Amino acid sequence: MATKNYAGKTVDVNEEGYFTDPSQWTKEIAKEVAKEEGIELTDQHFPVLEMLRQKNDAGEALSIRGINKSGVVDVKTFYQLFPGAPLKKATKIAGIPKPSSCV
Amino acid sequence: MNENKHPIKKVNIICAKSNIEDIYAALVMGNGAVMEGIEANLFFTFFGLEGIVKKWMKKPHTAVVGNPGMRMPGLGSRMPTLMGIIPGVEAMVSGMMRKQMDDLDVPPIEEFLDLYTAGGGKVYACKLAMDMFKLKKEDLTEHVSGVLTVGEFYELAGGEGSQIIFT
Repeated sequence: MATKNYAGKTVDVNEEGYFTDPSQWTKEIAKEVAKEEGIELTDQHFPVLEMLRQKNDAGEALSIRGINKSGVVDVKTFYQLFPGAPLKKATKIAGIPKPSSCV
Repeated sequence: MNENKHPIKKVNIICAKSNIEDIYAALVMGNGAVMEGIEANLFFTFFGLEGIVKKWMKKPHTAVVGNPGMRMPGLGSRMPTLMGIIPGVEAMVSGMMRKQMDDLDVPPIEEFLDLYTAGGGKVYACKLAMDMFKLKKEDLTEHVSGVLTVGEFYELAGGEGSQIIFT
C-alpha cells in the first residue's frame, strides 16, 4: 500500500491516490489533494465534501442522482465545483473510495 | 489509472430505438461520459425520438414479444412470446423494469436528461425522423438543443478523440 504526504501528515492511499482510511482525512489535507486536482477549495466545497463523507459512512452508494437529491448541492453547481470528472475528483478530495456506480 | 495516449474526448451517441433498454443505454453512456469530463452529444432518431418527445418520454416500454432475453420475473425461465400478446403484459413488464431501475437510482428519462444537461451534455433530434413522424420542435422536451440533419450531426461530431456510437 502506498502512502502520501499531505499537510505534514502521512496518509494511506491506493494506487490511484484514493484514501484507504477516510478517518485520516482533515480539511487541511483536502486542500492539498484538491490542489493536485487543480481545484482551489472554497467555503462552497466543504459542505459537499462533508455530505459525500457522510453518505460514504452510511454505506450509501454514491450516484450523481443521490447528490442532486441531497439538498446540499444541485448537479450543475456540483459540476462547476469539481470540473472535469466531478464525482471522481470530489471523492478523492473527500478522502473516501472511488465510486463504483455507473449513474 | 490506465494511462492512455489517445483518450476519448468526445462521444456522439445515436439512439434509434424506443425500447427502455435502448434509450437508457444512450442515457447511461452519455451521462457517464459527462461524469468523466468527456464532451457528449446524444442524437435521437427514428423510434428513438420516444425518449425526447414530451408526451411519450414518461413511460417507455420494452418489447415483450420476440424478445428472447425476456425472462419470467423470479423464475428465470424464458417468457413465452405468446404471453406478450396478452393485453397489459407489455405495460406491466415495462412498469416493473422502470421500478427496478429506479431502485438502483437510475432516474426516469426526464430527470436523467436534467442531470445530463446540467453536466454540459447536449441533446439533438434528427430532422428526417421528425418530418416522418410529423413532429415539431415544440413537441420535444426543453433539453433538446436543436434539430439536425445528418450532415450537421457529422459536423458536430468532428474533432480529435471523438467517437460516434450507434446503440
